[in-house]
Amino acid sequence: MNAPNKFNWPGWLVFGAILVFWEITSRGLPKLQLYIPPISQIFWALGQLLLSGTIAKHLSVSLARFLEGYLLAAAIAVALGIVLGYFRSLHSWLEMLIEFLRPMPSVAIIPVAVLILGIGDSMIVAVTVYASMWPVLVNTIEGVRHIESTLIDTARTFGLSRRRILWQIILPGASSYIVTGLRIGLSIALILVTTAEMVVGSKGLGFFILDEERSMNSANMYAGIVLVAVLGYALNRGFLTLEGKAMKWHHSMIAREAA
Amino acid sequence: MPILEVQDLSKSYRQAGGETTVAIGNISCQVEAGEFVSFVGPSGCGKTTLLMSIAGLLPPTSGRVLVKGSEVAGPPADLVLLFQEYNKSLFAWRSVLGNVRFGLEARGDHSAGAAKKAGDLIELVGLKGFENHYPWELSGGMQQRVAIARALAYEPEVLLMDEPFGSLDALTRLELEDTLLRLWQELRTTILFITHDIEEAIYLSDRIWVLSRRPSRIIQELKIAFPRPRDQVTTRADTRFMKIRNDIYRQISHRGAE
Repeated sequence: MNAPNKFNWPGWLVFGAILVFWEITSRGLPKLQLYIPPISQIFWALGQLLLSGTIAKHLSVSLARFLEGYLLAAAIAVALGIVLGYFRSLHSWLEMLIEFLRPMPSVAIIPVAVLILGIGDSMIVAVTVYASMWPVLVNTIEGVRHIESTLIDTARTFGLSRRRILWQIILPGASSYIVTGLRIGLSIALILVTTAEMVVGSKGLGFFILDEERSMNSANMYAGIVLVAVLGYALNRGFLTLEGKAMKWHHSMIAREAA
Repeated sequence: MPILEVQDLSKSYRQAGGETTVAIGNISCQVEAGEFVSFVGPSGCGKTTLLMSIAGLLPPTSGRVLVKGSEVAGPPADLVLLFQEYNKSLFAWRSVLGNVRFGLEARGDHSAGAAKKAGDLIELVGLKGFENHYPWELSGGMQQRVAIARALAYEPEVLLMDEPFGSLDALTRLELEDTLLRLWQELRTTILFITHDIEEAIYLSDRIWVLSRRPSRIIQELKIAFPRPRDQVTTRADTRFMKIRNDIYRQISHRGAE
């Protein structure tokens, strides 16, 4: 693994080169500009949108939906995953259901959600919860199952109640798996918020992107895409920072075992 | 009244093929408060099963276990089992101090003094200066010291130990035997110890029960009268020590050949 603090020169070079290539190509082919405006125009548009505050409203709406959906999904899936991982018989009752629903592309649930919940905020949040729950749930179940039985027996011999075992032993014991699930869930939540907004929204970045495309404002459309990308990157970074702090013991342990 | 009493304990497993394996034959024994007693037996004789049953972690097939006169159904409050696999029983997400504090928290001590008590215990097992290390940063012997400190922090009246030094190197093992004896004498805990190392059992114990191969039964009880404190050199050099060792060895290997 690369040292996280080291600046990745080659990576940025490739990234920069593509942007330059884009700029030059687009400027050289005016017919293309309607669909693929030069990068400089896109950033100009983004700057305008940010300055005027037009896009801030969409961004904050999307962010709020994302946070609500993702955090709700995380709470539900971790709690449910711990219970299902610990009580195996319960899991066998639900296993087929989980295995059937999990691989289904979650966007397919959007029409159902629209049918039941209408086209408001609650529908977008609901599909986000639904979609981002799966990786967290499945990883949590897996993590709980991988906990050493000696660890649980130790807790039992110290007289811990079942509730305390779940909270103090199972949860931290499965945390490395849970975190993996949460990281996957994060990207999925963002995908679902954006997609749902494109389908039914009247606000939010997903709506904005599609709306600008329909108005043939391709520079604005790309600006929206850039903003979604930046949002995804920032959320991932934030997640990794928090994870690095919370799971420091685990990272150092893995590093030591690998050494 | 004995602090721990095992009455006609037996344990069988039903295997995948439907056959029943008897792990523990029919074991009865009594441990007095403050004693250091050991089960010694060949590998795979069901020692761990026996200890798990006594600790209330496995229900016996028949018979019962009494701790201070009351029957065990689930892990009793006054008793802690220490496992051989320190690397699996320590909490990797807690520091050394955190692990030892767990023993105090488990019996409801969240007081400000808990940190100091934990610190004292860490010093007692010889790990002063390692409070903020994580278990996986320590050697095997040090990890087992943490596990011992954690168990003692709980202040159990009976401490069950399942081959605690079984996976340590010979020198570390001798060191930890002495640490354990010192702590036992200082804290007056009752210890029930399991090992397949005959000499270790003799060196540590007041009494020894020799177990047969599966299904395990007690085939001999011995009182070990060597004066305390014992010494790794002089105690083991005693001719009676070797005699006891040889007796036990013959018992185990003879019965095993049957």
